[in-house]
Amino acid sequence: MCTTCGCGTSQTRINGKPMQPNQHSDKQLNYRSHKHSHAHEHNPVPAGTGHSSNTIHFGTGIADTHAPGMSQARMIKIERDILATNNRYADENRRYLSEHGIFALNLVSSPGSGKTTLLVKTIEMLRGKLPIAVIEGDQQTDHDAARIRATGIPAIQVNTGKGCHLDAHMIRHAIQQLPLQNNSLLFIENVGNLVCPSSFDLGEAHKVVILSVTEGEDKPLKYPDMFHAADLMLLNKCDLLPHLTFDVDLAIEYAHRIHPAIPVIQISAMQGNGMPEWVNWIMAGCRSVATTKQNLKQFDSTFD
Amino acid sequence: MHEMSLAENIIQLIEDAALEQQFTQVITVWLEIGQLACVEKESLRFYFDVVTQDGIARQSKLEIIEISGQALCNQCNQDILITAYHAACPHCGSYALQITQGNEMRIKELEVK
Repeated sequence: MCTTCGCGTSQTRINGKPMQPNQHSDKQLNYRSHKHSHAHEHNPVPAGTGHSSNTIHFGTGIADTHAPGMSQARMIKIERDILATNNRYADENRRYLSEHGIFALNLVSSPGSGKTTLLVKTIEMLRGKLPIAVIEGDQQTDHDAARIRATGIPAIQVNTGKGCHLDAHMIRHAIQQLPLQNNSLLFIENVGNLVCPSSFDLGEAHKVVILSVTEGEDKPLKYPDMFHAADLMLLNKCDLLPHLTFDVDLAIEYAHRIHPAIPVIQISAMQGNGMPEWVNWIMAGCRSVATTKQNLKQFDSTFD
Repeated sequence: MHEMSLAENIIQLIEDAALEQQFTQVITVWLEIGQLACVEKESLRFYFDVVTQDGIARQSKLEIIEISGQALCNQCNQDILITAYHAACPHCGSYALQITQGNEMRIKELEVK
C-alpha cells in the first residue's frame, strides 16, 4: 500500500500497469541523528541503553535534559485532517484542472446503477461540442474503459485492486497520462460503492450521485454520506418506472432530507428521457470553468 | 473498508510529525471523529492495530474523541444537536438543516517520547 496516501499502490493499476509511488517524498525517517560540531572520540557503547550499566542517564529526552518529576513523554499538537495528504493532492488536481479550464465530474453510485451507459450516451450527445476524456475506476478489468474508447473518446482505466474508492493520488497519475485538452470535460467514474468514495476529494468540480429506480427509494437515508457530498442527483432508468413500485417523490424527499438543496434530474440513459437537461447542466458547468479561466488570465495580465 | 486507508494516512501523518518534531516513540494517539463523519470507529480501531504492528507507533494507544453533530435549522434558525444526516429539527420538524459540526476526522495530538 502506498504509504503517503494509503492508496493501495501494490494492487493499483493504471491501464494494466502498476502505479509507481514515485511522486512521493523520498525523505526517510531519521530519528534524532547524532550530530556534533565538535570533535571527540566516539567509544563503542553497550547495546540497549547506550550507556554503561552503572550510569543512570536522565538526559535521554528530546532536549537531552531533565526536569525533576517530569517524564520524557510529551504532548504534541497535530491538529491535522486525517485525509490531509489526499486533500493536498486533490487541491493540486483542482488547481491544474482550473488552470486548464477543465470541468471535472466525479460520478458516484452503487454498482449497476448505469454509470457507464450514462457516460456512453452523454458522450454521444456531447461529442463534437467539446473535447472529452474519461478516467474509469474499478477494482478489476478494463471493460469500462474499453466501452468508452469504443466511442472514440480517450479513456484511462484505474484498477484499485482491493481498494474500494479512487483517491486524489490515483487521479493525479491518471491526469498525467491522459491526453487532456484545455477547455474540456473530464468524467471520473468512481468505483461502484455508495460509501467510501464520499470521503475522498479527487479535485473534481462536483460529485454527481446516480440512483437508479431499480434500487430502493430509501438509499439516500441508508447511505447518507454520499448524498450529502454530492452536488447533483441523477435518478436513472426512469423508463422502467411503469414496471416497478418505486416512489419517485419519496426518493427525492429522502434525498432532500439528507441534502436539502440538491437538484435532482430524472433521466433514462437508455431511452434519452431527461438527458438534454443533464447535458445542459454539464455545458453550464463547462462554460463557468472556461469563464473563470478567462477571468484568471485577465487578472494575471493586469499584474504582469 | 476505507478505514484501512484512513489508518494508513494516520501513520503517515505521525511519521511526518516524527521527522519534524524529533520523537522516536508514540505512546498515545488522540483522534477527533465527528458523529456524522463517514468512518466506522471500531473498524478504524481494528485497522489502526493492524498498521501499528511495526514502526514508530507500535503498541500505541488509540483514543477517539467524539465530536457531536450540530446543525443550524434554516426554518426556525435554532442551533440543534443531531446524530445523523437524516435528522429533523427537534423544534420545528424541518429537514432543512445546515451542518455546522460533526464531519471532523482529525489527528488532534500525540503523546510521544
